[in-house]
Amino acid sequence: MSSRRPAAWHVATVVDSRPETPTARRIELDVPTWPGNDAGSHLDVRLTAPDGYQATRSYSIASAGDGTHVVLAVDELPDGEVSPFLVHDLRAGDQLELHGPLGAFFVWSPPAPGDIPPPVQLIAGGSGVVPLYAMAAAHAASSDAAEFRLLYSVRTPEDVFFREELTALAAGTPALPVDFVYTRRAPAGWPAAPARITGDLLDAATLPAASEPLVYVCGPTPFVEVVAGWLIDAGHEPGNVRTERFGGS
Amino acid sequence: MEKLDGNVLAGHLADVLGWDATGADARCMHCGKHGAVALAVVYASAMGTVARCAHCDSVLAVFVDGDHGRTWFGMPGIAALEMTR
Repeated sequence: MSSRRPAAWHVATVVDSRPETPTARRIELDVPTWPGNDAGSHLDVRLTAPDGYQATRSYSIASAGDGTHVVLAVDELPDGEVSPFLVHDLRAGDQLELHGPLGAFFVWSPPAPGDIPPPVQLIAGGSGVVPLYAMAAAHAASSDAAEFRLLYSVRTPEDVFFREELTALAAGTPALPVDFVYTRRAPAGWPAAPARITGDLLDAATLPAASEPLVYVCGPTPFVEVVAGWLIDAGHEPGNVRTERFGGS
Repeated sequence: MEKLDGNVLAGHLADVLGWDATGADARCMHCGKHGAVALAVVYASAMGTVARCAHCDSVLAVFVDGDHGRTWFGMPGIAALEMTR
């Protein structure tokens, strides 16, 4: 399964970096040699210290399609080796070494003409929303009429990534229903107390297994494992549940 | 040690194989079960990256980066890997 967009090493120039949440930044890159990328794919960033030590980490891409403008949204992991540099030190004009586009599994592409596209359920934990936002935006920009829905587990209202963009997608045509689960603090007047997602809530706020949706789950490893287990228990075909886990450094 | 999944192998695989095999089907040599490479359980540290079977936990593949651009790559537990020409 060779990609029509082969991975290669590129030099990117930062064109903008601004706060996305209190702990994350949105980083916009110009990558002249970029071949474009499918929605949901990622790239590896490689930093090299003056003594030659290198550290490489994977980051999901928030943008999709053709073009050489690449958007990342990076959450700082305080003990991390790479993300604190990206969040605090990177400035417009800086250059980054990156490898991509990467990922042949956790990607969404508009259906080919004549195919009957499945409905899609997106389930995000924290910054795991980044590749799922790319999928929702790519879907909205396509002619695919299949139903899309997003369930987003997040600590507090301020921690929501792509808030304005998700609000616009939720009000678009066709609308993207977005269900939030706040785990530490909910907005004033929110009907539920802050709590982690439960199996019952998952059942209530996602497309039913009977509609045979394609389900994409992205978040920290424990979140993804719990949610994927509930989905299988609820009757989803394991082959229809696509997962991407990330860790803590 | 970080517990991740096979999606994170995409860059390594593109480097050593020349293509991104995360969507390809792989069969475990130990238990015989198979699935997308992306579904493997992956442990990553500064020393290297180990991919294990999601069903039986056997080691499927190992990547260790050396100096001077060298990588040591082994697939001791993959009986077959899907290739598409």
